[in-house]
Parts: sequence; C-alpha cells; structure tokens
Amino acid sequence: MKFKTNTSPFFSSENNVRSVMLQVLIALIPGTLVVAYFYGWGILINVALSVFFALALETLALILRKRPILPFLGDFSAFITGWLLALTLPPLIPWWVIFVGVFFAIIVAKHLYGGLGYNPFNPAMVGFAVLIISFPLEMTQWIQANHINTINTLQTTPPFGFIDSLKSVLGIAASTPDWDAITMATPLDAVKTGLRAGMPYSDIINQSPYLAKTTSNTWLWSGLVFTLGGLWLLYKKVIHWQIPSALILALIMISSLFHLFSNETYASPLLHVFSGATILAAFFIATDPVSASTTPLGKIIYGAGIGLLIYIIRTWGNYPDAVAFAVLIMNMAVPTIDYYTQPRTFGYGTANDKKPSSRRENNP
Amino acid sequence: MITVNSTNHSNEKVTPRKLGTFHGGVHPPFHKDDSNKPVINFAGIPKRLVLPLRQQLGSDAEPCVSVGDSVYKGQLIAHLNHHEGALSANIHAPTSGIIAAITKHALPHPSGLQAQCIIIEPDGKDESSSEHSFKPITDYATFSQNDLLERIQQAGIVGLGGAAFPTAVKLAGSKNAKIKTLIINGAECEPYITCDDRLMREKSAEIILGIKIVLRLINAEECLIGIEDNKPEAIEAMRLASANEFDIEVVSIPTIYPSGGEKQLIKILTRKEVPSGGLPSELGLLSQNVATAYSIYQAVMEGQPLISRIITVTGNGILHPQNFEVLIGTSFAHLAEQAGGTNKMADHLIMGGPMMGFALEDDNIPIIKATNCALFTSSTALRESNPAFSSQAIMPCIRCGKCMDVCPANLLPQQLYWHIRAKDLEKAKEHNLKDCIDCGCCNYVCPSHIPLVDYYRFAKVELREQKIAQEKADISRQRHEFLLYRKERDKRERDEKRAAHKAQLQAKKAAIAKKKADTGENADSDKSDISNSDTTKADAIKAAVARAKEKKIARETQADESLGKKSPRIKPTKNTGTNDEI
Ligand code: SF4
Ligand code: SF4
Repeated sequence: MKFKTNTSPFFSSENNVRSVMLQVLIALIPGTLVVAYFYGWGILINVALSVFFALALETLALILRKRPILPFLGDFSAFITGWLLALTLPPLIPWWVIFVGVFFAIIVAKHLYGGLGYNPFNPAMVGFAVLIISFPLEMTQWIQANHINTINTLQTTPPFGFIDSLKSVLGIAASTPDWDAITMATPLDAVKTGLRAGMPYSDIINQSPYLAKTTSNTWLWSGLVFTLGGLWLLYKKVIHWQIPSALILALIMISSLFHLFSNETYASPLLHVFSGATILAAFFIATDPVSASTTPLGKIIYGAGIGLLIYIIRTWGNYPDAVAFAVLIMNMAVPTIDYYTQPRTFGYGTANDKKPSSRRENNP
Repeated sequence: MITVNSTNHSNEKVTPRKLGTFHGGVHPPFHKDDSNKPVINFAGIPKRLVLPLRQQLGSDAEPCVSVGDSVYKGQLIAHLNHHEGALSANIHAPTSGIIAAITKHALPHPSGLQAQCIIIEPDGKDESSSEHSFKPITDYATFSQNDLLERIQQAGIVGLGGAAFPTAVKLAGSKNAKIKTLIINGAECEPYITCDDRLMREKSAEIILGIKIVLRLINAEECLIGIEDNKPEAIEAMRLASANEFDIEVVSIPTIYPSGGEKQLIKILTRKEVPSGGLPSELGLLSQNVATAYSIYQAVMEGQPLISRIITVTGNGILHPQNFEVLIGTSFAHLAEQAGGTNKMADHLIMGGPMMGFALEDDNIPIIKATNCALFTSSTALRESNPAFSSQAIMPCIRCGKCMDVCPANLLPQQLYWHIRAKDLEKAKEHNLKDCIDCGCCNYVCPSHIPLVDYYRFAKVELREQKIAQEKADISRQRHEFLLYRKERDKRERDEKRAAHKAQLQAKKAAIAKKKADTGENADSDKSDISNSDTTKADAIKAAVARAKEKKIARETQADESLGKKSPRIKPTKNTGTNDEI
C-alpha cells in the first residue's frame, strides 16, 4: 500500500493569521463605540470609509502584484490598518483625506515593501504621519465633545446626525459647518499651546472647565475601554505584555519626573496616558507584530522607547500628538534592538552556574 | 535546589521534588486514549522478516550467515563492525527460519533509502538452541561490570527512544564519567504513542530490574524516572514496583510536549541545563529510555537479545489501535493487519509521532529497533484541529512571535527562518541554529503555517556540508603546508649533517695535528731531558678517548637523523665544538 509523504511536524494548531487578526478587531470594537458615543457618527463613518478604502486598495495591490487575493484579503490585516488609521482621525474629516492616508498606509508603507509581513513601518502610522504633515488643519479639527452627550442628541443637532455627518464628510453638505464654532483643540493641543504661552498648568486645566471635563470624560473613558480591549488581547495571547507595559510605564515615569520637578510647566502623567492615542498605541499600534521588536527584552526596549519619544515629542516637538512619530522612529531601531537582545538559548551560561552567558562570544 | 542525599532517601520520597521547567512547549491533542487501553499483544511471526544491517547512525553490521543457512531464534546473524568504531550493533534472528536473501531493501527512512538487509523466511517453529543463545544471568550482582557491559553489547541493544545509539557504547562512555544520577525517560510526550505507557504498566518490575543493572554498571547513586502525569496508571505501577528501592524515584512531571526530549527532561527532573553541544555526563547524568531498560533486563536476566520491541499501532486509519510486541524486521503492512487492517482514511503512514516522526511512502518496509509507533492516519486528522489548513496557503511570517514563545530551546525561530530564507546561513548559525532540536513546536503554532522545521533541517544539512567542505579544504591546506615544511626540514637536516660532518673532519685534523705537535714536543724533550713516558702515555690515552667520543657522537648524530628528530641538531655541533678544543 502506498501513502502520501510529507515532513514533520504533521500536526498544526488552530492558529491562523485570520483568527489572530480577528481577535484584534473584536478588541477594537468597544473602544471605537465609546469614542463614537462622544464624537458622534463621524467616527463610525471614518472607520467605515477607511476600512473600505483599505480593502479596495489592498485588492488592487494584490492584483497588481499578482498575488492570491482571497487568503490575503481574508487575513483582516488591511481591515485593521484601515480601522486603526480611522481612530486617529478627527470626525467629519473630508473623505479624500482619509483616502490619502489609507493610500500611503496600504500601498506605500505595506505593499511597496513587499506586503504582509515585510513592512518595516507600521502602515497606519505612516498614513497618519503623512496626513498630519500634509493636512495639519484638517487633522486638528476635533469637534467639541462636550457639545454632545449621547448619540440621541447627536442626531438632532446638526451637523452631528448621521446624514449630516455623512454629507459633511463627503463634502456635499448644503452648508459647511462653522468649524470655528464647533471644533476645539484636543486637550494635548490646548495644554501645549497654554504652556507655550506661559500659562501655569493648573490654570490651563481649571480655567477651562470644558477641558477638564473632556479629559475626564471622553479620553478617560475611551482610554479605559481600549485598555479592556488590550487586556483581552493579552488574555488571548495575541499580544505580549512587554510592549504595552513598557510603553505606559516609561511614559508615566518620565512625565511624573518632570511634573514633580515643575508641576506648572509640565503636564500631568494622567493627561499623558489618557489623552491622544496613548492607550490605543500601547495596546494596538505599537504591538503590531510586523513592525515591532520580536525578542522579549527587545519588546521592553521598543515599548519604553516609544513611551519616552511620545513624551519628548509632545513636550518639545511641534506636533500635537506624537504617537505616530514615536512608533515610526522605534520601527527603524527594531533590527538593531532584535540583534542585541537575543534571549539566552537553552544550554548557554547562567542556568547552572550563573556565569555570564557565552552567547556574546558567538556574536562578534 | 534539592540535592538527593544518598543516605536519607526515605525522607526524600516524602518531600515532593522541586521540578524545573523549560521554556515554551505546546499541548497538542495527545490522542493517547486511542491506543492505551488494550494489553500488549504479540504481533505474531510474519512470513518474512527484513533486517537492515544498519539500524542507527554509524556503520553496517557484518553478516555472519549465508543465504540458505537455517538459523535459530536469537542466533547472531550479523555482528557489530569492529573496524569502523563500535557504532554498529549485533543483529540476531528474531525467530527460527532460513536466510532467504541478503540484499538491498527499502528502509524506514524519510527519503525512502535502500540498503543491505538480511531477509529471513521464518519456519514458524520459533526454535532456539542453547548453542546459539545467551545464558540468563539471574544474579547480576555477582557479575563484573565488564561482563554485564559485554552482555549488553552482545545482545545488540540500542537506545529504543528513537536515536538507536548503541547502549553499550553509551554506558561504557559513562563508566569513567562519575555518573551520579541515572535519568530514565518515561515521559513519552509525543502525541499518539503509548508503547512506553503500556510497557510501564505491564512490565514495571522488569524495568526496575533493568534499571538496577544499569545503576550497578555505572555506579550511579540514584535513579529518577520521569513520567508525564497523563499516564497515572504507569506512574502507579512504577511506584509500586520500586517501592522498596530506596535509590529509585518515580517523578510525575507535567504533560507538555517536548518534555521527553533528553535535555528537556533533565531540566525538569534536575533543574540543570545540559550545556549547548555538551553531554549529560558533564553534569553527572546519564539518560536511558524505559524500553531500553526493559531490553537490558531481557538481555541480562532472560538471555534474550534485542529481537523484538513494543510498538504502538494507531491512528484513525487503523481499525483497532493498540500496542504490539513486534519482531524486528516485521513489515508495517503486517502490523496494520494485526490491528484489524487499515480503512479508507489511511492516507499517511508515519513512523514515530506526528511532531517528529517521518512519513513512509510504502508499508512494505520493516520496522527497526528504533521504531516506536506506526501511525496510520488521514491527512485531515492530523490537521483536525484546523480544518482551514488544507485550503489555507502558507502565509508570510507576520512576526507574531508565537514560535518564539513555544521554542523549548529558547531560540528565535522567526529570525532563524528569515535568515535561512535570505540564504544567510551564517546569521542562522549566529542565532544558534545548531541548538534547535527539531521538535516542531514553532511549526505547530505558527499562524502562517510556515514549514519552519523544513527550513532548519535544510540549513543544518547545508551548514554541515559547508563544514565538511571547509574541513577538507583545511586538511589539504595543512597537507600542503606540511609538505613545504618537510622539504624545508629535509634541507635543513642535510645542511646540518654536512656541517656536522665537516666539524668532525676538522676535529680529526686538529687531533692529528695536536698529536703531531705532541710527538714533536716529546722528541724535543727526548733530546733535552729524560723522556717523560707518563706524559706521553696520558696524551695517548687522551687522544684515544677523544676518538672514541667522536665516534660516539657521529653515531648519535646518525641515529638522530635517521629518526628524523628535528630538535637535537644543536647537540652534535656543540660537541664538535668541544672536539675542536681537544
Ligand atoms: S509563528 Fe510563524 S508567523 Fe509568527 S513569528 Fe513565528 S514564523 Fe512568523
Ligand atoms: S523546532 Fe527548533 S526552533 Fe522550532 S521550536 Fe523546536 S527547537 Fe525551537
């Protein structure tokens, strides 16, 4: 009797790329809904549009590169890239801005580098960086979250209703909204502007009850819910604990240090952790496996590096939020980090005799 | 860390041993229940037995029977090859019959290799003769270590855990290594395989006796038997059998693949790591498989050479999965038949387990000493846990690091993979590719279904070949350098010889001249004084001694040169110098 041949191992687990990515999507949903709760339909429209563009461009790229479409489209990675990018965009941003961002994310950052698995830079962050440089105005028009409290009020108050939001995004609204009236700098932006102008930190926060409220409501809530999503991913072993912990801890440590040193000129750790895209970055963006460090120690260095860079760029840089640049800079360092942080292989040094590992000798 | 105190073992058994862990590992579906219920049956005498001359790494055994000979059960039919190192093992006739052929036959080998085999047609009588069998040694304690070792070698015993390394060689190597602890591997961590489980349940007393023989052989203080806790019956049986043995401890270890890997098991039981590239004996440890211990018992106390072993026949392609005692040389087809035959689903035949075994193309292939499992299964059953597998293509590595999380060698499988893919084998080497144990954990969890282990195997072969080529180049370079050196040396020696010769001549001349001068002096003194015969006599003696010395030196020089020594060249020159002074 004849049999088929193959090579060991013949077993394989139920893991596949699709199920891994699916877990990420599931973890993103609650946080996204919370943001939408505060910012209205615009957020959901952003996500839908962005995901749609991402899938369309992914398909196009796969056709052009003559790759099988279904397995790659079915792996949800483009889906996630689109979604994450959308979460970093202000609501009611024009559709073509989204398109440009997604184009750079999917086509340039991902497929020009060889597609899934080969991109050294986080695609969503490349998209974001391009947008914040090219369209600084559009990218900072966050509508005031305190205008609204529930989806219900949204629907009744133009331009926050679904139809109005959609029209506004697509640029076919009858009257353009009065941006000045409804938009507002993000807390990070406001604090930065205030501090630059020499205002004491406590004044900035107290003078503007709105800022305090926004900080405590919108960003805090969404941050907490995204944290829950992140914990789910940890529980499901989709991500490792090192990057989120190191990122948040490093950010808390450096911001506390400066805040304690001079609490009127440096923002509080709470603001840093629960505003902007910090939490999203810690659990969803920096943990993107493809562009992150892969070794256990490397992940700690990588995460901590992002945390520190976020603080540095936010405090002394020119952009309101720093997540994208921090992630991209650390992406560049990944090959080096990985090389110097190889774990101790079984049978090398330490375990028996606590002598220094002999691995360095193998690595001239 | 708990160190076992050899005088106080009763306490030792009470306090649970503090176990070590290794990094990673996986929990695949183990499928042990498929085959671990029925008792071990004898698989019967097949129509034909095919016995490969080489069943392990190393060299062929040499046949000592010819075609047409009739042989008894247990008769030596091929003896281990003394010439090419002892890495071969005796082969005995598993039953009585006629030597039908000594010819090439397909082996159980991943690449369908063919090699010399002795083919026996059994006569069905299963006859043995006292002339051709070993005497049972009932009281092994009265036998010397060397006698026991010789019996193990004579009986053709090899490691039955998979590598089939000749046991006598391993034991002999450990005799001088001060082994403190004998590790007995009963982990059986590969999915599907239950032969050690059944053996431990049914032959625990015999295994313990085998262990005691080994303990005596290597003068070890204690023995730890590691058994995964998914085999409670085996643990119980072994504990019962060893209840009175104060130096044998049965340790229940957590079920995780690959706890049965030699280094992994040692880490679990002793919390020590065998150094990379090193041997357990460096830590005072020696490991043996339970089945090997059993066959040592059989060889010593029953006088039965290694002519059969226990094999699990299982998988969803087999009607009655179970364990058999199988004569070495029985075909997989015969085994399948004994287990009720195969069904339509059987499209894979795997020797060994699904993690580290290999697929065979044909079932008309003999089982060998290293065969522990015949897995007849459908491809879908192997991927059962992942129905999408067959349709899902291999995806690019998404660097998720799952492979790294499970690697028991604590390597970075993904980096190894990237480097090998980029043909950068040097980098792979730097990332300690050689410490990869091919366990397949990384492959098992990879969400992109990349055949990682194939890449590692390829790179290892490639690196080995590079190394061999490099060594060859080194050898020929060394040869060339030696040639140059020899030319140089010969020239130098010739020159020195010439110089020595010249010096001798000069010395002679000088001596003659001196003699002449002396005689002249004497003549003068003769004229002027009464001749001083004493002085003349003394001079003559002096000259004679000098001559003798010269001769001796010349002889020595010649001897040195003919021996081809290179250093003592200075001696003659120095001596000639002394001669000159005379
Ligand atoms: S498990 Fe597979 S996809 Fe994940 S890092 Fe390892 S090789 Fe890459
Ligand atoms: S096959 Fe090698 S690299 Fe993969 S998990 Fe096992 S030891 Fe690690």
